[in-house]
Amino acid sequence: MKTKAFKAALPHTLPICIGFLFLGMSYGFLMRSKGFSFVYPMLMSFFIFAGSMEFVTVNLLLSAFNPLYAFFLTLMVNARHLFYGLSMLERYQNVGWKKLYLIFGMCDESFTINYTVLPPLGVDRGWFMFFVTMLNQIYWVSGATLGALLGYVIHFDTTGIEFVMTALFVVMFIEQWEKTEHHRSALIGVGCTLLCLLLFGSEKFILPAMALIILCFTLDRKKTDKEEK
Amino acid sequence: MTTAQSMITIAVVVLGTMLTRFLPFLIFPEGKTPPRYITYLGTVLPYAVIGLLVVYCLKDAVFSSFHGLPELLAIVCIVVLHKWKRNTLLSIGVGTVIYMVLVQFIF
Repeated sequence: MKTKAFKAALPHTLPICIGFLFLGMSYGFLMRSKGFSFVYPMLMSFFIFAGSMEFVTVNLLLSAFNPLYAFFLTLMVNARHLFYGLSMLERYQNVGWKKLYLIFGMCDESFTINYTVLPPLGVDRGWFMFFVTMLNQIYWVSGATLGALLGYVIHFDTTGIEFVMTALFVVMFIEQWEKTEHHRSALIGVGCTLLCLLLFGSEKFILPAMALIILCFTLDRKKTDKEEK
Repeated sequence: MTTAQSMITIAVVVLGTMLTRFLPFLIFPEGKTPPRYITYLGTVLPYAVIGLLVVYCLKDAVFSSFHGLPELLAIVCIVVLHKWKRNTLLSIGVGTVIYMVLVQFIF
């Protein structure tokens, strides 16, 4: 049963493999270039297992200690998981103990595969989703560890390498921008954050920006609700 | 940051991440429907958060001596390259190298 599920899951994860190895390696390499031992990216990629947040955590670790700020930033950056969870409420039912791992490892890519791909007839759904999640996590943790280890042997001037995070988010932004015709959400995100950056300065702008974004969305929803009525 | 502080920060990030993943399953165990406000936020927030993250990455550049000019140049290259080739990894890789060349040799 397990072998069958594994064979069904593997091909779906191969495209993710390349991406995760590349991004994971740049994350690990970045951590190493900032002076962290390879143990950090290895454990962080395993336990956090949310790519964007791991990149952001590099910044958090390099700035002043502020756990509360780190907590709220994490909630905001990962708020999309709430939506994934809501979509998976039914699908993760009746899979036994595997449910805990499926929720723990629900990154963007695993969610996308498990949400859109139905395993072929005769393949156990629970094990299929389990292997999709597990393979993706293996790719990511291997990439991060490998990248950090490479950092010990390859030496060059790494000034500016942290831009890999900016580049990643810019590309994600373009992808999302073109997926929808309504750019209001994206513009609210950029607009509120920019405004708060200018108002509060680079140390204290994230929390007000998050509050302002949620406020905008709440008001926006009330308005559209009224228009619909 | 001391090692202990780093550990706490990482633990907090893990906790926050797991909270966002487990919360829906804890609040809505079997068949309960979530309030519309929550599902609404779930659909719109991801778009806004990427915007927030882009600005977050540029937070120090804006106030630096070149006011983000090297960052802006690199981002323009990424946008053009991505529109042209549609290859995520290529765009990220080339964009980062361009930025590194800019800050190491030109600015």
